[in-house]
Amino acid sequence: MSPKSLSPRLQDLKNEIEGYAKRLGLDFFQTVFEVLSYDELNMVAAYGGFPNRYPHWRWGMEYEQLSKGYEYGLSKIYELVINNEPCYAYLLESNAEVDQKLVMAHVYGHCDFFKNNFCFAHTNRRMVDEMANHATRVRRWIDRIGLEKVEEFVDRGLSVENLIDYHAPYIRRNPDPKRTEEESKSNERVEGFKVDREYMRGFVNPREFIEAQRRKVEQQKIKSKKFPERPQRDILLFLLDHAPLEPWEFDVLSIIREEAYYLAPQGQTKIMNEGWASYWHSTIMTTHALKDYEIIDYADHHSGTMGTRPGSLNPYKLGIELFRDIEDRWNKGRFGKEWDECDDLRARRAWDKKLGQGREKIFEVRKHYNDVTFIDTFLTPEFAIDQKLFVYGYNEKRNVWEIVDREFRKVKNKLLHQLTNFGQPIIEVADGNYDNRGELLLTHKHDGQDLKADYARETLKNLQSLWRRPANLITRYEGKGVMLRYDGQNHSEKKVDL
Amino acid sequence: MKIHQDHSRFKEIVRGKIKANLRKYVQKGEMIGKRGKDVISIPIPFIDIPHFKYGHKEQGGVGQGDGEVGQQLAPGAVQPGAGHQAGSAEGDHALEVDVSLDELAQILGEELQLPNIERRGKEKIIAQKVKYTGINTTGPESLRHFKRTYKQALRRQIALGAYDPKVPVIIPTREDRRYRSYKLQNLPETNAVILYMMDVSGSMGDEQKEIVRIESFWLDTWLRHQYKGLECRYIIHDAVAREVDRETFFHTRESGGTMISSAYKLCKEIIKADYPSSSWNIYPFHFSDGDNWSADDTRFCIEMLRNDVLPAVNQFAYGQVESPYGSGQFIKDLREAIGESENVALSEIADKDAIYQSIKDFLGRGK
Repeated sequence: MSPKSLSPRLQDLKNEIEGYAKRLGLDFFQTVFEVLSYDELNMVAAYGGFPNRYPHWRWGMEYEQLSKGYEYGLSKIYELVINNEPCYAYLLESNAEVDQKLVMAHVYGHCDFFKNNFCFAHTNRRMVDEMANHATRVRRWIDRIGLEKVEEFVDRGLSVENLIDYHAPYIRRNPDPKRTEEESKSNERVEGFKVDREYMRGFVNPREFIEAQRRKVEQQKIKSKKFPERPQRDILLFLLDHAPLEPWEFDVLSIIREEAYYLAPQGQTKIMNEGWASYWHSTIMTTHALKDYEIIDYADHHSGTMGTRPGSLNPYKLGIELFRDIEDRWNKGRFGKEWDECDDLRARRAWDKKLGQGREKIFEVRKHYNDVTFIDTFLTPEFAIDQKLFVYGYNEKRNVWEIVDREFRKVKNKLLHQLTNFGQPIIEVADGNYDNRGELLLTHKHDGQDLKADYARETLKNLQSLWRRPANLITRYEGKGVMLRYDGQNHSEKKVDL
Repeated sequence: MKIHQDHSRFKEIVRGKIKANLRKYVQKGEMIGKRGKDVISIPIPFIDIPHFKYGHKEQGGVGQGDGEVGQQLAPGAVQPGAGHQAGSAEGDHALEVDVSLDELAQILGEELQLPNIERRGKEKIIAQKVKYTGINTTGPESLRHFKRTYKQALRRQIALGAYDPKVPVIIPTREDRRYRSYKLQNLPETNAVILYMMDVSGSMGDEQKEIVRIESFWLDTWLRHQYKGLECRYIIHDAVAREVDRETFFHTRESGGTMISSAYKLCKEIIKADYPSSSWNIYPFHFSDGDNWSADDTRFCIEMLRNDVLPAVNQFAYGQVESPYGSGQFIKDLREAIGESENVALSEIADKDAIYQSIKDFLGRGK
């Protein structure tokens, strides 16, 4: 790849936009723009935004789809930006000037978000280098072990990459102090044989014997101790700690885990991040950067990005609207006890305390919230009606997707549910020595939705090969408890009571 | 670019998947998706990496827009994995990959271990092709090479000192002119024709025809891979035979009796009229349920095959599709009479599963 530095014209534009962004209060790392041709951009996009990743066919698949989409004129990548210090962002060589400006303005929004949002506080800001190192490490293993073997292992690792503890970077999961206390209290009292006459005790149960008994009990206790002691969410970590991995396997799996943790915050803040960036490109462009003759093109592209379709939720649209709504509410003082308790519709509609705290508030929001708390705190019934939000579901009888409900509570709950844990099932490792046979036992915290059965079985297969012993998963299908099992050769399932 | 490595690895995997599932694709022929000119797209299962995730239909989601409760969403409006993860969502549906027919034929050949076909009369069949290879000082004006002419003129004017950089006017003379010149090249070209014959009498049902259609797709694919410029002719017959186009061939249903000799006679005539065996590779394929009108007619068939058809063609192939009404006698008669000939391939196709083996029977000899 041959990144071209910015042409003088683009450099001028960059300085101009950067100036607006700074003046409006955005706070970002130094941002480096690179200009790429479309297939280079497709490559970077296929690599998830990075110029360099470890070799894997999945990027190739992504690349093929992107290239096709571009060649058929179906899709076009507008912006790519990496959470890194300095931030790297890419411009498409063939884009018109107004598009380049729009992308730059959008990118500064993202950079500000990366730097300030709490979710990203723990991420590695040298990830571009780190990813390149990962690539080198994996390549080296491939040279030594062989492509097929490493690739197969990466496939397996990627299959469980979502089994991490998304909250781990922010909290400490200490072992429960109460339980350890209880355990030490019930410290073993080894009795030995029953003694009828007190003076015989020393003979019937000599000290060495008692000691031996005590050791036996202790060992038994260690053995029967469950591991992990409490169900663990970070299954990748559990595998790294306890699975019988070869050194190269350990290395590769830890790379996968590290990248999964790095990428997690972007998933946790998709709506906010895109909303924030869109808010700022819109603000910068319409109040500062646009020339008269660019208006039409800008409007065209902006509305393209904001477009919605009934069956999906556009994070750009939802995010920008919610930020604007918050700004408006805090400008007019539509919050707090008085506002909440006001039932007079007319008064509510005319409510304006001229507080002018909107800007300040949204800056605060972009710092302290993620998608879940953002929606939970700021999605109001009025907003849901304005934005025409609804819940859709699958109608088995008619074999179609249809609108199920427009009631605010249900919409919000569904939305929150989708966002919690990335809308992925919560799965924990319950036992690494299940049945006292060294088998792996996972449990799915069922919340009303069944797992996709064929995928679950395939994933279980991958877990089995990582763990090298049979892997089991307890879940529910159609309300009944089921334990899925893969023993290395066969899949099986049996009913369990939950 | 680095990605090309990953990209070709991906393609390799796709190829492997197709190969592994070839038997299934062969059986279903039709499941092979939309066909472009030289490309077909094949759905392959499970190329993505499995995760623990919710069943899509379980999930539903939140959408945005107009509509009453209970209103149906437009088909295709709901994208698998839609919701907040739009963009990075992997699809629920099988991945469709484009494969060129040539590549598909290669895969077929590798998997069925088909030998490359030994062409007949390779040396004899010659076509001439015009190729522009050089530059000449004479030629028609329509072939004048402007750039070379200009260069020549420039060179001459500089050498003569007649070139003035301030007034760079170049005037080519007659001698400066250069023309493209061509050479006639002799290209060994191999022509091939497939003559499909099918029994459309009452006893051939839709299922039997489906088998023929699927099989013919694979035969086409392979022979097209072997010969550039393959022609196909279609003959249907019950008691009489006639030549039809492809569409009619697969969709006609007649009733009544069967006289196989009628088809062979027409086949013989077509070969004689259009495809001299000295310059054509000829492949008659005949499909029937094996029920002929009479023993006399069968005898007549065999006679015709022996005397006229077999000497002219690369390979004569007969595929007998099992049907509940047919006696299946014809293949036995053929086997007895000409089964020993080296350019005869006979195959019994019991059901769709048997197509795979039957292709091998037909193409496995490299004729």
